[in-house]
Amino acid sequence: MDLSAINPVLLIASLMVAATPLLLAAIGELVVERAGVLNLGVEGMMITGAICGFAIAVETGSPVLGFIAAALGGALLSVLFAILTQFALANQVASGLALTLFGLGLSSLLGQRYVGIKPPETGDAFGALGDIPVIGPILFGHDLMLYVGILIVAGVWALLKFTRAGLILRAVGENHDAAHALGYKVKRIRVMAILFGGACAGLGGAYISLIRVPQWTEGMTAGIGWIALALVVFASWKPWRVLIGAYLFGGVTVLQLNLQAAGVAIPVEYLAMSPYLITILVLVILSADKSNAPASLGRTFHASS
Amino acid sequence: MKRTALLAGVALALGLAGAAVAQTKVGFVYVGPVGDGGWTYEHNQGRLAVEEEFGDQVETVYVENVAEGPDAERVITQMALQGADLIFTTSFGYMDPTVNVAAKFPDVKFEHATGYKTAPNVSTYSARFYEGRAVQGTIAGMMTESNIIGYIGSYPIPEVIRGINSAYIHAKKVNPDVEFKIVWAYTWFDPAKEADAAKVLIEQGADVILQHTDSTAPLAAAKAAGNVIGFGQASDMAEYKPSPRVSSIIDNWAPYYIQRTRDVMDGTWESQSVWQGIDAGMVEIGEITDTVPEEAKAAALEVMNGIANGEYHPFTGPLNKQDGTPWLAEGEIADDGTLAGMNFYVEGLTGEIPQ
Repeated sequence: MDLSAINPVLLIASLMVAATPLLLAAIGELVVERAGVLNLGVEGMMITGAICGFAIAVETGSPVLGFIAAALGGALLSVLFAILTQFALANQVASGLALTLFGLGLSSLLGQRYVGIKPPETGDAFGALGDIPVIGPILFGHDLMLYVGILIVAGVWALLKFTRAGLILRAVGENHDAAHALGYKVKRIRVMAILFGGACAGLGGAYISLIRVPQWTEGMTAGIGWIALALVVFASWKPWRVLIGAYLFGGVTVLQLNLQAAGVAIPVEYLAMSPYLITILVLVILSADKSNAPASLGRTFHASS
Repeated sequence: MKRTALLAGVALALGLAGAAVAQTKVGFVYVGPVGDGGWTYEHNQGRLAVEEEFGDQVETVYVENVAEGPDAERVITQMALQGADLIFTTSFGYMDPTVNVAAKFPDVKFEHATGYKTAPNVSTYSARFYEGRAVQGTIAGMMTESNIIGYIGSYPIPEVIRGINSAYIHAKKVNPDVEFKIVWAYTWFDPAKEADAAKVLIEQGADVILQHTDSTAPLAAAKAAGNVIGFGQASDMAEYKPSPRVSSIIDNWAPYYIQRTRDVMDGTWESQSVWQGIDAGMVEIGEITDTVPEEAKAAALEVMNGIANGEYHPFTGPLNKQDGTPWLAEGEIADDGTLAGMNFYVEGLTGEIPQ
């Protein structure tokens, strides 16, 4: 065992990268669920965003355009979900699952020509600042999207807590009949939330295909969308807890690989399951304050009822 | 009379037409997507070669991304029900499902890759990847400057452990100071996890990454880190030439798939277990790029040629097991039985094999 081989600074820096796709997808889903909609299609929107972002970044040579395309791609796919659940009043669980399956298939189709291609490189946001010892790699050594992810979390938190728009969104999620009676446009608000969730999931997917891996392979999101869904629940629908959960998950994931490489004598199976166990455990303890799910979560709304 | 002849003629023509469309149906079950650029990609190239060889006489079907375990049994059963005459199941974890389904369909022939259980209608086939690992280990040992070589394992099964041992023995032979750091990813295909594993190994000082997982993500991580080399796994991964990918192990399944399909068509198929290597062409070594110094390249080619013409076996004694107990005496060569079930590290490797 040689723990000195693990560099804590690089460990923290790489856990932030590992956590960002999960963070982006989860914060999007959080807004969707706070509006009372359960969209199980996160994985499908992520993978669609991954290929849209990758393809556009390769074609234009600009990672920024790639990320914009990824957000649009994810949002576009979520339109399908919005039409099915908000206007055709289809079952949300079934529609979400269908969206995942559809997204996985669609992305393989779109990605046919992009296997084995390298995307343009995304530079670091702060350049030379990243060379400062210790805090440099942690605070400044990252790409722009990582900071965007944190800003989105802060933005969602502020919106939900302090603004009228956030209050309305929560009202729609808690009791759509009451919100409707007060004259709020339940469907319109929900569609907007769904679009936001799709865009965030798309960004998360593109973060994997453009920065974290970076390449396109079919099925490359490999279940992160599902973890994002679970994370929202365990984080009791609170933005900062989503951030804690995502960093915890990313951190334990990276840490367990580090421990393995350093030859720690803990059976690998336990290390491999540790990210899931520890994240769930910590968030369950955090959620002891009896935070409840949005009351209208997953319920179909129609103005007549 | 004339009419009868006409009818007979029509019947004959129909019969012939019927015979012409009587195709042999060949099924393939893949563990990853055909676009993985590695393991499954090469199996699919083998499938395409079968189609090309036999044209209209065969029909091939495949299912990709089939999870190992019970779900595989469902997929294989479905394929057999749809009338496949020959089914290739191309991952280690399909072993028991393949044997189970084969018992229910005695007339269908099954071919299971990298396993060790056979039946009257189940053959196994595998390639001696460890021969390629010997070549990789030689290059890795000579090129590493930090003397730390990172190895991304998938699952702790004999095939992977053989590869680690073979690479280590040959790296050690050319560089006595070399050290292996091994990370188990517990997946065959998960680009994000493979990339994380590669990054961790690089952060801990490795400047050569060997992988036994199927995607090109570790090579992408090596490229991003700069000054780190890696190897194509299962497929050439030529898009990362000339560096970080300095060479590769290519699995060439096409000749075997064509042969076995022909055996089924001719009715001469019999259950067997084959294990072919560099000499038979099932394992190919991809071009060694100019990033590799002449000296290392020559040493690697010497190992490769020695294996190809049968003069050299990668597991030749004296070799001890990890705990120091003797395994092979001077000049002794490992037998296939021990290799097939290999569950121990050789002396010098650190860490334990997960059980």
